[in-house]
This record gives sequence, structure tokens and C-alpha cells, in this order.
Amino acid sequence: MATPHQSLPDLPPPATQRGLLGWLRENLFSTWYNSILTVVIGYWLVTTLVPLIDWAFFSAVFTGEGPQSCAPEGACWIFVYERLGFFLYGFYPEELRWRPDIAFLLFAITVVPQFFPTPAVIKKWLAIFGLTGLPVAGYILIAGGHFGLEPVATSRWGGLMLTLILAYVGIIAAMPIGTALALGRRSEMPIIRGICVVFIEFWRAVPLITILFMASVMLPLFLPEGVTFDKLLRALVGITLFQSAYMAEVVRGGLQAIPKGQYEAAEALGLGYWRRMRLIILPQALKIVIPGIANTVISLFKDTTLVLIIGLFDILGAVKSTLSDPAWGNVMAEGYLFVAFCFWVFCFGMSRYSHRLEKKLETGHKE
Amino acid sequence: MQENNATVASAASNEDIIAVQDLNKWYGEFHVLKSINLNVRKGERIVICGPSGSGKSTFIRCINHLEAHQRGNIVVDGVELNEDIKNIEAIRREVGMVFQHFNLFPHLSVLENCLLAPIWVRKTPRDQAIETAMQYLERVKIPEQAHKYPGQLSGGQQQRVAIARALCMQPKIMLFDEPTSALDPEMIKEVLDVMIELAGSGMTMLCVTHEMGFAKTVADRVIFMDGGEIVEQAAPETFFSNPQQPRTQEFLEQILQH
Repeated sequence: MATPHQSLPDLPPPATQRGLLGWLRENLFSTWYNSILTVVIGYWLVTTLVPLIDWAFFSAVFTGEGPQSCAPEGACWIFVYERLGFFLYGFYPEELRWRPDIAFLLFAITVVPQFFPTPAVIKKWLAIFGLTGLPVAGYILIAGGHFGLEPVATSRWGGLMLTLILAYVGIIAAMPIGTALALGRRSEMPIIRGICVVFIEFWRAVPLITILFMASVMLPLFLPEGVTFDKLLRALVGITLFQSAYMAEVVRGGLQAIPKGQYEAAEALGLGYWRRMRLIILPQALKIVIPGIANTVISLFKDTTLVLIIGLFDILGAVKSTLSDPAWGNVMAEGYLFVAFCFWVFCFGMSRYSHRLEKKLETGHKE
Repeated sequence: MQENNATVASAASNEDIIAVQDLNKWYGEFHVLKSINLNVRKGERIVICGPSGSGKSTFIRCINHLEAHQRGNIVVDGVELNEDIKNIEAIRREVGMVFQHFNLFPHLSVLENCLLAPIWVRKTPRDQAIETAMQYLERVKIPEQAHKYPGQLSGGQQQRVAIARALCMQPKIMLFDEPTSALDPEMIKEVLDVMIELAGSGMTMLCVTHEMGFAKTVADRVIFMDGGEIVEQAAPETFFSNPQQPRTQEFLEQILQH
């Protein structure tokens, strides 16, 4: 033996490997004020969350017949269950509800594969269908009047169905209009630029609620006698124009972030204006503003509840209108929780989708 | 003018492919190009040098109308460059350009960068465009990177892709706007080698560059610009050994010192 082996000194393991107690001490009880905060927040969680969970699940009544089955100390989910048809479809005739069901199924077939590993070609065609075929098919199915389908007036549409229609049409119409406005605002032609600036600044400066009022109350006053537009159509147009203005400014942010060199390189290759925009500028600009677009889309989805004030019963309106039923007693919490849950599912879905899209389109380029 | 006897044999013919007459440009009040006159023969290789702010980049950017001029005539390959978008696009199809900062399209792969213009502007069938693109990528020695994105390549590689992208349009003229200025020193050579090879193939080239070695090797003519004017132009051997103007002598002293 030449040199005696010297063992290395013992080192403490990394913080994450010191077990539960180590983690607790590190994160929750590291200082005296941290300990106090932990205890206070812990107390608050126990005193609020535990009764809430108990109310919503353990003491809740899920099955039974009518209000008399409900227990006072738990949630009465029978209410939501028995009124589900109204919450989902509004006054849409019960025997015809298979039509929106098919439309919703088509919607699900279009949307769900986008969240899972699916061949790009299929995703592309589903997306094209979602932007073109689905609105048409949805309209034919839900409104009826063609192919021997019994017509259903839009005044009978309601519930989650109406919310989804408003949001979907608003989103797929506001995207292209907003993009066109953003390009127009950066146009070198003064007239086009002027029109776009005025349009954007006008719609952005007016609250959505005012636009909806204008569309439902004021617009008929200006139209000649006998000319009427469908109330839902008016709301849709109002929402679309309003959201287009917001979308335009989001997209413009992306356009401004594209370096001048990209425009020049595209020009130098001989690409014309529309091809430069479509092939070079917009793919990059829209990618940059995906978080902003997702933001706008989610806020649009939630803004659809404002149609309540012009007498359309979206999901919030539908639920709200049933809460005053004396037979059920106080079911406000159940009703609003159900609405919140529906909104959360869709908004969270959109948020996740935008994250996926961002990741997928990342090409490792940082300017 | 004296004919060259540079290292890379000249292919210049007697036919003019670019004719610039009395070119003037202003940025607001600032007179950036002052009555520039220049005829470039087919196959000629011209190096333009000069201090920064001398208008050399602006000048070559006028040739494919990335910058608009206010007075004078530019005729490229028989087409008069004016505000007519048809003429501008016709000229851009025949004039390739390489930029200081490469300006590759980061959302497209290397191959797609090279396919874009041939497919959309020249309407080349995709298969044929791919074949041509791969030929040029081989010529700039990076065929193996074809499916990577620009962000994954080094600066030198990106600039070589940018050269290939411009060549895929099979242009008659190539403009280089300081192609090596944004590169790390060890990457300059790989780009210059590609440019020297290209010069040997008979391409008409206008290069704004400070690479005087490159100028000596391939240029038929070196142009020195200062203050928006062409101060002096000569074949490289005359230009470097016997500059006539004091301003040129001063500039050459500055850049050849180190």
C-alpha cells in the first residue's frame, strides 16, 4: 500500500432528500414568522376547506326525487341534475335536443384531438373543419329550417349551448377580422390605416355592455319599420366587432416584435405583400402573441355572460332564473358553483391548449 | 479601365447588367447618396468599401429597392426600377441578397427557407425545388443541416444558408451587405470561402465588405465611398498599391494597419 486512503468528509444531503420533516422545517417552519404564518393559514384551511368539502361531497345529496330528498347540511346536487336540461339548452324543445347534441359531438371531435398526439394532417383538417364546416353544420342542426329539420327560433336557444355558440362564433370571427385590422393599421396606405385606427379605437373605447344595449335597444330605432334583425345575431355582431378590436391590438403587438430584417429578407426574395405576411410575418407574429390571444379568447368566453342584460339566457342567465323557485329553497350556492365549474372547465382547457401550442411551435430561435 | 489579373479569373463580359445614373437619396434633410453613377458588367465582381455612414449599404439596398431613391435612374437587367411594383418584383426575382444579420426565417427549417421563394415566386414544382435547394446546400457545405431550424445553427452556418437561400432563386446578380461583419472571427473564413467559390462561377456580385483580402482575391473593381459619394474606383491591385485620393489613402492606412 502506497498512500493510505483518505475518506472524504461526510456532507449533508441536499435539502430535498432530508425527508418529510426536513422539507417541513425548510419550507414551513424556517423562521418564527414563517411558523406563525403556517399555523394561521393551516387553521384557516382546516376551518374553511373541511366544511366546504364536507358540504359539497360527504353530506351532499346526489340521488333522490325532488327538493324533499335534500338535507339542509349538505349540497343539493339533485337540483342541478333535475334542471340540467334547462341549464344546457335553455328553452330549446326537449324532443329536438339531439340536434345540439350532435353539433356538440362534432365540436368535441374537432377539438379533443388537438390536445392529444395526433398526426399533423388530421389536426390540420380538423382545424379547417372547425373554422368552416362546423359553424355551418352547427347552424343547420341547431336552427333547423333546412333538410326537413323543424326550425327553432333563436329566442328559445339558451344555457351552455348559447354560451358556447356566442364564444365560438365570436372567437373564429374575431381572429381573422382582428388580424386584418392589425395589418391595416400598419399599412402604408393612409386611408386604410385611418379606417382601421378609427374602427379599433371606437370599439375599444366602448364597454361591451353598452354595445349590447345599443344592438338590442337602439339599433331597432334606426332601422326602417318592419326590418328586424335577430336579437342573437345582433349580439353576435356586437361581440365580434368588440373582440376584433382587442384582437387587432394583440396581433399588432406581435407584428411590431418581428425584426425589420424579416420583412426585408422576404422582400428581397421577391415575395409580394400578401405572401410576405402569410408565409413569413404572421406565422411568427401570431406565435409570439399566443398568450395574448389566449387571454383575449378566455375573456371573450366569460364576457358572453353579459348577454343576460339583453334578455338572452346563457348558462349564467339560465341558472339564475331557476334559483328563485321556492320549491327548492336556497340552492344559490349549488347553482353558481355549477356555473363556475362549467366556465372553469372551458377556460382551463383553452389555457392548456395555448400552452401546448406555444411549446409545439417553439423552434429554438431567440432574437 | 484596367482589366484585372486577380487570383480568381474574371468572367466579366462587356454587357452592362446594372446601370445607375445620377442616383440621389435623402433621409429627410440628410443627403445620403449624392449623384452616384455606376455601370456593372455581367459577371463583374465589385467590392464597395468605405467608413460607416458613407452610404455604401444604402446604395446596394437601392439596387433591389429595399430603399427608395428620390432622383436618378437604376436599370437592372433591362428593367427600369421605379415605383411600379411589377418592375420592383421582377428585379427582386433576379437579384439575390445576403444580409449582415442573415435574416433567415426562424419558423422554417433550413430546407424550407430555401424552398419558399422558388415555390411561391418562381412557381417551381416542389420536388424540383427540393432538388435545387439540396444542390445549393451542398455547395455551401451544409446539406446535413437541411432539417434543422436556423436557431440551432452557428452564425457562419446561418450565413451560408442565407447564401444558399438567395442562390435557390437562381439570380443573375448577388448583393452582399457586410456578410461577415456580424460573425465571430473563426467563422468568417467559411463564409468567405463560399463567396470566393461563387465568384469563380461567374456570378455578378456587389459586396459591401471590409474584408480586403477578399477584395484582392476576387474583385474586378474596388469602389471607395465616403460621404455619400464614390470617391475612387479602381482594379484591386491599383486601388491598394496606388490610391489616388488622399481620403482613400487615409482610409486604407486605417484599415490595413492592424
